[in-house]
Parts: sequence; structure tokens; C-alpha cells
Amino acid sequence: MTAVKTEREGSVAQRRIGAAERGQRFDPARARLDFPILRQQVHGKPLVYLDNAATTQKPRAVLEAMDRYYAEQNANIHRGVHLLSERATKAYEHARLAVARFIGAPDPREVIFVRGTTEAVNLVAQTFGRRRVSEGDEVLVTALEHHSNIVPWQMLCDEKRARLRVVPIDARGDLDLDALEALLGPRTRLLAVTQVSNALGTVNPLDEIVRRAKAKGVPVLVDGAQGISHLGIDVAASGADFYAFSGHKMYGPTGVGVLWGRRELLEEMPPWQGGGDMILSVSFEKTVYNALPYKFEAGTPAIAEAIGLGAAVAYLESAGLEAIAAHEQELLQHAVERLREVPDLRIVGTPRRRSGAVSFLLGDVHPHDVGTVLDRHGVAVRAGHHCAQPLMQRLGVAATVRASVALYSTREDVDALVRALHAAREVFA
Amino acid sequence: MSELTDLYQEVVLDHGKRPRNFGPLEGATHRAEGLNPLCGDRITVFAKLEGGALREARFEGSGCAISKASASVMTGAVKGKTPAEIDALFDRFHRLVTEGPAPGDEEALGKLAVFSGVHDYPTRVKCASLAWHALRAALAGQGAPVSTE
Repeated sequence: MTAVKTEREGSVAQRRIGAAERGQRFDPARARLDFPILRQQVHGKPLVYLDNAATTQKPRAVLEAMDRYYAEQNANIHRGVHLLSERATKAYEHARLAVARFIGAPDPREVIFVRGTTEAVNLVAQTFGRRRVSEGDEVLVTALEHHSNIVPWQMLCDEKRARLRVVPIDARGDLDLDALEALLGPRTRLLAVTQVSNALGTVNPLDEIVRRAKAKGVPVLVDGAQGISHLGIDVAASGADFYAFSGHKMYGPTGVGVLWGRRELLEEMPPWQGGGDMILSVSFEKTVYNALPYKFEAGTPAIAEAIGLGAAVAYLESAGLEAIAAHEQELLQHAVERLREVPDLRIVGTPRRRSGAVSFLLGDVHPHDVGTVLDRHGVAVRAGHHCAQPLMQRLGVAATVRASVALYSTREDVDALVRALHAAREVFA
Repeated sequence: MSELTDLYQEVVLDHGKRPRNFGPLEGATHRAEGLNPLCGDRITVFAKLEGGALREARFEGSGCAISKASASVMTGAVKGKTPAEIDALFDRFHRLVTEGPAPGDEEALGKLAVFSGVHDYPTRVKCASLAWHALRAALAGQGAPVSTE
């Protein structure tokens, strides 16, 4: 068993120093060369990938790290006495340290590798939630949540005869903070809120939300799936108690994600899944559970994927998150302006602060039909309810078209989207 | 590569925009809801069965151009047919939208042949089949909504 090192490799301040601070502008055209998949054509047209909120593409550095792992290091971790196992364990734990540094975790033992955001939320609901929530209690979510930050709480509330309550949004797609204040009551056991809306791109005022929840003693879980690659996070400074995200939405592989939790809460929580690696000793009479983070990592984890996630973190850090964010922000602004020029196009959600995505409707053409036409022009977008059916109902739409950007997105991508939208208008004129 | 106009043929666009047999059916003997969880589309198909044959079929709900056009053309095409004939028609239609046109299709399918372009768009097969699944569930007397998944 290898203990996780407690020292941190570089401070929060250090990790924030990126290209922008060094006086360099982020160059998406150059970054594109790092992503082999972007070079291809689809339906005879250059690929314009604007479905990044669903999943991002992976840089060569991530592919190579995973390939190197399987070619040179593959073995099971935390148990073998042989060299390969030692190498694999080291690489896996190195990824944990990289993630801890990236999110500003005070202690790498607070970084639990899971399958993704969904599993992270379920883990908290099934351990922390089941301990803390009783009949008549309340769990608070918001109207902006993805199904993965609704259904696990709904299941918990059903089991415990507790009440799921929902913080509403205003017409722009921003959370109603006065309503939040009113909903935070003596029976509220947890607030589960997203950092950024996957469907509308709304950036929630996390500091303000956490401050209000904390003032009433309510723990906060933040769904960082859409926020992590655009805004980043400093979990310690955020004041939140849990932060969940997926590797594949931040240039890493699928199958790995992270639950960060405050150590005292993680210590208090019972294990979730039982099995190997999460135990210190087992007898048929009694099992002694392992320490953090292993208590929550039963079974052989996604080793190659965790290593790939570590490589993605290194990639983001070397490019500089601030510089990437500035580029994406400018691009999104450009996208919103260009989309407004398209006749009959209606942008769905006009939040005060936007990140990552813009949702829209084209006249009364169904988003699926728009998506099909865009695809034939090489433009990949998402068309549908974005796993946020309650939000779609609130907005009075069945579905939307969503374009979402990443660090390698360019103005040319946005312009190709707009051209394809004009073509779609012609098809359905 | 197929053209967009193979999928969105004039007749398809027309039926998508101005669906026929749209609205509830008075005196319906069978009904079922079809749901495509992928896009949230939802349609209800009503059928009136008399003397072993389908006298009338109508539908309501919302969906994309393909699913609405398919429901619109289907509700016209199945009129007067027995449930067994409808099953056979669906088999041929399903082959058309998954594998492409086959000899004899035009005669057997009539207007339904306008969906021949769908097979080049695998992500849209469910849109074209939604109304059929709902109709067959209605005739089979299954009360629960059917899903394309």
C-alpha cells in the first residue's frame, strides 16, 4: 500500500500562473495541432467540433500518456511487489497529486477517483446523504441542474421520505438568489448546485451561493462538470464541501472523474462500494476499512484513465487556464453576436455571465433537424434536452440546439456554424 | 454521399410542416403514447378498429420534421388495413429506413417510400419509427407508453 504524499507540488498561486500572466496570448490555431482528431473531414467537410460540453477532444499528450502506461507500466496498483506494479502505482498517485494541485485541494487524500461526475454525486448521495438526511428533511437543487445532479437526490429523498426542493431561475436563466435565501431553511441538509449550466452556459455566482448556504449551516456540493475546464476551481477558497467533475470534459479520457470533499466530511462518511483496495483487513466477522482516499476506491480503478487525466491537467496548466478562459470568452461573445444576425434565430438563456455554451432555436425548426443539417456541413453540435428536462420545461421548449466551445475552437468554427445555419434555414424555408 | 434532399424530400417537408390526420380521434378504440427519450419527443397515436380493420388513425404531439412526417404519412397509409397487414407494412418500412430501398418497395409502400433517405442517417431512424411503434403498441393493447430505447 502506497501512502499518498501530503505535501503539495506547488501552491494555488503557482498553478494559476499561465501563458496570460507571462504576457502571451493563447493561440488556438497552434493548440489545434495537439489534437489529431480535429484534422479530419466529416461528410467531405472540415470537422467543426462544437459539442465540447458533451465531451472534449483529447490532446496527443493524453493519448501518449495512456499508451505509454499500457506499453511500459501496466500492472495492478497498490499490491504488487514487482517493479511494474510500483511504476503503475507511482503514475496513478502522481495523477492524484496533479489533480489535487490543479483544484487547490489542501490534501491529496481528499481527491477520490471515480468514474465521472455522475458517480461522484451518487457517492455523496448514498453516503453523506443517507447519513444526514431523514424523514421531513430537505435537499435543495436548482432549476439549472443536469439530471445527474437531480436524480441521485430524488432517489435519496424517496428513500428517506425527504423533500427535494428547487431553486428557481429568472427569465434570463440566472438563479433567483432571493428564492435561494428563502429556501435555505432549518431542514435543509444539503445544497447541490452546478458551477456552470450545461444547457444555457449560465455561470452561477458560486461565492455568493456558498456564502448564503454556509450562513445557514448548509453543506454545498458543486457540480463542476462544465466549470472545471473553463473556469477552474480553487476548492479550498470556494468554501464548498464537495466538488465533482469528469475527466472527459476537460481533455482527459472517459471513465474517470473526481470527487473532492472536505476531509472531515469524507472521514465521517461510510464507504460506498465494498471490495478490494478499500479495506485494511477482512475477516468474516469484521472488516476494517482503509483510510482516505482508498476507502472510496473499491476494486481496481481506471488506472490508465487516471493517468490520462493527470496528463490533461498538465496540458491545461502549461497552456494556462486564464489564457484559455480569455480566448473562450472572446469566442463565445463572437458566437452570440454572429448568431443574433441569423434571421428567426432565438438564443435560449441570456445569463449575466456565460461560459462554454450557447443554446438556441432556429424558427420553429426542430433542433434535431437543425442538428442533422449542421452535421452534413461538418458542424457537430448537440440537439436535444441536454439531460436537463426540468430546465427545458421551465423554459417552455422541448429541446434546443447547443454550440459549445473549447480551447481549440476558433472564430472560423463559429463562422462555419453560422453559414450552416443559413443553409438549414433554406432547407426548411 | 447522400444529399440532404434525400432525407428531407419535398413530401417529407410538407407533411412535417402540415401534418395530416393531426389531432385527437373521437371514438378511438386504441391509443398509445410514443416517446423518444433521446430528444424528448412525444406523440400519441389514436386508432379506431372496426370489423378487424383499422378505420381511422390520427396522432398528436410534438417532434422533428421526420417524426411528424412519418406519423402523418403512416396514419394515411394504414387506413383500411388489418393489424396483421400493418405489421407486415411496418416490417418493410423498417427495412427501408434501416437498410435502404428494396425491389417492390414502391408498390408495397406507396407514399411511405419517401422515407428512403433515412437509412443514410442512422441517428434519425428512431424519429421515422416512433409513430409506428406507438401505433403497433396501441393495436396490441399495451397501455404503457412505448419508448424508442
